Amino acid sequence: MLSAPTVTRRNFIVGSAAAVGGLSLGFSVPFPGGAQADAIAPEINAWVVVRPDDTVVIRIARSEMGQGTLTGLAQLVAEELECDWSKVTTEYPTPGENIARNRVWGSFSTGGSRGIRESHDYVRRGGATAREMLIAAAADEWQVPAAECSVAKGVITHSPSGRSVTYGQVATAAAAMTPPAEVALKDPSEWIIAGKPLPRLDTADKLTGKQIYGVDMVRPNMLNAAIRACPVFGGRVASFDAAAVSGMPGVRQVVQVDDTSVAVVASTWWQAKTALDNLPIEWDDGPNSGVSSDTIAAMLAEGLEADEAFIGNEAGDARGALANAAQTVTAVYAFPFQNHATMEPMNATAVYTDDRCEVWCPTQNGEASLAAVAEASGLPVERCEVYKLHLGGGFGRRGNFQDYVRQVVSIAKQMPGTPIKLIWSREEDMLHGAYHPITQCKLTGGLDADGNLSALHMRISGQSILAAVRPQAMQGGRDPVVFQGLHAGGDEYTLGYSIDNLLIDHAMRNPPIPPGFWRGVNLNQNAIYMECFMDELAHAAGQDPLAFRRKLMANHPKHLAVLEAVAERIGWETAPPEGVHRGLAQIMGFGSYVAAAAEVSVTDGVLRMHRIVAATDPGHVVNPAQVERQVEGSFVYGLSACLYGECTVDGGRIEQENFDTYNVLRMAEMPAVETIVMPSGGFWGGVGEPTIAVAAPAVLNAIFAATGKRIRRLPLMNHDLRST
Amino acid sequence: MARLTINGAPRDVEVDPDTPLLWALREQLGMTGTKFGCGIAQCGSCTVLVDGVATRSCVLPIGAIMPEQEIVTIEGLSPDGSHPVQKAWLALDVPQCGYCQSGMIMAVVGLLQQNGNPTDADIDAEITNICRCGTYNRVRAAIKMVADNDETQAG
Repeated sequence: MLSAPTVTRRNFIVGSAAAVGGLSLGFSVPFPGGAQADAIAPEINAWVVVRPDDTVVIRIARSEMGQGTLTGLAQLVAEELECDWSKVTTEYPTPGENIARNRVWGSFSTGGSRGIRESHDYVRRGGATAREMLIAAAADEWQVPAAECSVAKGVITHSPSGRSVTYGQVATAAAAMTPPAEVALKDPSEWIIAGKPLPRLDTADKLTGKQIYGVDMVRPNMLNAAIRACPVFGGRVASFDAAAVSGMPGVRQVVQVDDTSVAVVASTWWQAKTALDNLPIEWDDGPNSGVSSDTIAAMLAEGLEADEAFIGNEAGDARGALANAAQTVTAVYAFPFQNHATMEPMNATAVYTDDRCEVWCPTQNGEASLAAVAEASGLPVERCEVYKLHLGGGFGRRGNFQDYVRQVVSIAKQMPGTPIKLIWSREEDMLHGAYHPITQCKLTGGLDADGNLSALHMRISGQSILAAVRPQAMQGGRDPVVFQGLHAGGDEYTLGYSIDNLLIDHAMRNPPIPPGFWRGVNLNQNAIYMECFMDELAHAAGQDPLAFRRKLMANHPKHLAVLEAVAERIGWETAPPEGVHRGLAQIMGFGSYVAAAAEVSVTDGVLRMHRIVAATDPGHVVNPAQVERQVEGSFVYGLSACLYGECTVDGGRIEQENFDTYNVLRMAEMPAVETIVMPSGGFWGGVGEPTIAVAAPAVLNAIFAATGKRIRRLPLMNHDLRST
Repeated sequence: MARLTINGAPRDVEVDPDTPLLWALREQLGMTGTKFGCGIAQCGSCTVLVDGVATRSCVLPIGAIMPEQEIVTIEGLSPDGSHPVQKAWLALDVPQCGYCQSGMIMAVVGLLQQNGNPTDADIDAEITNICRCGTYNRVRAAIKMVADNDETQAG
């Protein structure tokens, strides 16, 4: 039995859709989310606003960047709220409101596939609490026990008396109720909105050009800025000749943004960009001008053999067992820098005055953006605000890294009162990423006389993201994130194999190229290293790759279940069509168990990926249609990296400046994708990232089956697949 | 001053003739549905129709466009999202982040105007737009949905 909320204010309105009044929200209205109307509509609680016309506005703290979290989180709130889904809309609260209200919305951070898995509980409680307040308001007016009232699709009914009222009619009264201390959440088996493949809430405007992204922002009297930072990492601006471009069309000002970058501000962005292209800038290249892909590769290769390394997972005596193995297999793999290459380049719009700074931007973490605004403006955070706009892709680039926000604030601060929109060119975006970390990996496996894996040493050498961006999260100098998918246990990244003698360690080698969280993060290359090497071991043992893995997976039934599911669907036990070859992979990441089976052919050296079957067990599924889309999309991201993704370094700078040299997967290469969504319940795993990691190793293992060639150094485009 | 015909209406724009159509649309005319992705005609986010042909507007200077040439942008495809391609996109919930989708839709409209029933190979050859979210399979399915509907209506 739920405790009945008490009435703190009588303000019950029945039968008047035009009713207004009610609560003032007590904070500035979010802009530009259409929330102006809510100044006259009551907020039931932080998550739910009900308008007099029964429209329900659900507040979403996480950022929508294509992954569907807006729809999924709204489904969870609506499920408990018991409202009419067809009347649901959403809005973002601002980061400033979150701080002003003691972080009532929790974290705004949208990364690590955490949007739903880390907030499902409190957003559902938000919906359930609002429902109880609405019911209590109706019961109070009717002078009946709340327990005699039921609700469906936003209509509260008192069966004994046959009375009913809509949420919109009781919203104002409900807003004044004291929230219940405890609410019970539905079991997922009872869900009628959550768990269903509902259409996204944000599709229509994306088909007509109406959807406003950060880059589309316009403010009255706004000027536009184009920026160039020193292309050599660690370099600085030595000098620039503003006078050379100050007379060019539209140019208003040339500003030094910070130590490393210069911007031109003009009436239009095209004018700013054109002038910037003509601006003479002298750079001080700094200490890294001798850094190249070759010097980085040598640095990492040394780490593969180094005596000292951080241990990520250890069992038995791997080195001793390898020395005594009947057969050993050794291979060295390498995974290069990748750029996020979001379709919408970095951008932000700011207006600075002496006592306030406001920024409109696409961001995966509104609170991190707000902190960047406060830092760059020098104003107290209470005088700053960030309005989140839709992201044209995020993939990890727009969360931890707020460089574009700091830059626009620095420019705006030099032109007080004038709104400034900063847009990076694609070239700027490619040269100043937060790159997928570079690593190499040496694996040595020992097989006993019967072909069983008796020992494995996996030495990773290379970059630590945490060392660069979150050193406070390091554990005694060790970066645990390096070992994603390879942990001995835990609920996010457990290795799916039991190996008696195991050593997985990391020789940290940090070249001066800034690393970042890139969709899938370290799970990407760890899956390639482990799953391709498992294939190598199975081959060396003369065993079927699935059978070889099964023997190591008895203690990991969830890992095995997804692997078996893809094997069955692809028809692993039956021969593939003529010329078609198969590969498998599995891993656990971001709390979910995932596997893939690929079918490829290689003709005259040309790879064709026909089909990939994916399976994912994320515990619970909020929208299975969105899960399928995320799996397909993740494969495009992972396979783009596998086939083409490589940022090389020369002279301390990245060599690829646009999509002509940084190619990505396109329609013609896209395989058919079949997704098996198999939630086993009892836990909440992520969806946006995990499956990225299994696409590449499944394809690489299939390429080996087709050609006998092991591709160990990514990307694939650097290799000749023709038979020799 | 240049005169353009955009979505059936004459529009005068005051820009340097070297200015790409993309930026005239976005900055002079306030039509931000057409997106900037790469600036070198690689990604297709800026695709519009020029006399019915899918064209990457980021490298098309205003000075190279004749006043009578018919330019159609995403905003001009239909007043209410009712173009058959938009309807198929909605039915299959194609977009993810959606940033590339204006260009993707315009490229597909261009393809279907030339070839009402494209094969997979036709689609592969003509739709080379980049989508980083990875909507390609839904795009393909939506193209086929439009083509099938056309056939049904014709037959």
